[in-house]
Amino acid sequence: MNIFQGETLSWQVLDGAVELTLDRAPCNEIGRSTLADLEKFIVALPALQRDAHALIINSTRKEGFCAGADLRETYRVAHELPNDERLPALRDFLERIHHVMNTLDEAPLTTIAAVHGVTFGGGFELALACDLIVADKMTRFCFPELRLGLIPGFGGIPRLKRDLGNALVRDLLLTGRSINAAKAQAVGLVSQVVAEGDALRVARSTAAQLKKFDRGTAIAAKKFIKPIPHDELRQEIDIFCDLFMRPAVDAGLRKFVESTDALPYLP
Amino acid sequence: MNTLDKTTDEVLRLAAEHFKVQRDQLTPDDDFFKKLGINSLQALDLLTRIEQHFQIELPDYELQGVSDFRTLAQRIQSRL
Repeated sequence: MNIFQGETLSWQVLDGAVELTLDRAPCNEIGRSTLADLEKFIVALPALQRDAHALIINSTRKEGFCAGADLRETYRVAHELPNDERLPALRDFLERIHHVMNTLDEAPLTTIAAVHGVTFGGGFELALACDLIVADKMTRFCFPELRLGLIPGFGGIPRLKRDLGNALVRDLLLTGRSINAAKAQAVGLVSQVVAEGDALRVARSTAAQLKKFDRGTAIAAKKFIKPIPHDELRQEIDIFCDLFMRPAVDAGLRKFVESTDALPYLP
Repeated sequence: MNTLDKTTDEVLRLAAEHFKVQRDQLTPDDDFFKKLGINSLQALDLLTRIEQHFQIELPDYELQGVSDFRTLAQRIQSRL
């Protein structure tokens, strides 16, 4: 199916590139509905990539690329379930999202995250699963999970460690601060910083460039230079699950959920 | 190097331009959330513009408890 419109995202193949477009108010928070749509996407991907050499992930939301996990849903579901069902449900969700991220990470075509605005938590992790990040100059990247008593749970730490020096990983993780696109480029995270609103256009231009190269060679090169840190990814799920059941996490989630700010992104 | 007064004035100008209000409607002691009617997401946008304009990094935790332009300018000044 070369064109698809789901509840939270859509995809199409355009000029030899698969474009996966996130569109869930307010800022593409990743909950069950987004996970379900992403799972449909990775099932469709083998057929889509036959006619494509690149995958571009982008967002239509003016607030940004993706604000991360749907914390309101996480809090609600945790409180709806009996105590003994919470952890298995959480682990199931994490394993499913990791499967999506891993599939994107090792996809046999060049993947480009075209990002803008808020690219936080799970949104940052989605961008990190891609080969290249093109960021408009108003993008901010952040791992705010420590503010909730958690660590990133969608594969962010192993992928950030793969790409950056440990000092910056510690800075982002332990302070929970956000960094702008210029800083992200300076440290080697972002490949191009572009004018506000231009990330998708530049990602398409980059994808057009990739079309010139032999696809088999590009796939072999990617496999060689981009190992998937499977052991650490599994370890991250274990640590996240251990942390999640602590009272501090419930308190952090409740504070987020009860905030009067519709988008409570400041620490 | 900028004086604090100059920094404050530049912050007010940036905020007025970005949120499309008249510069003379803003004063250093105004609460920018209330005066501009902005949320934390829009405050992050302003933070990015401030970082770009002053060529600094200003960690968002430095903004904890900061809601007026004068104190924001002091935080910026300490990074110049």
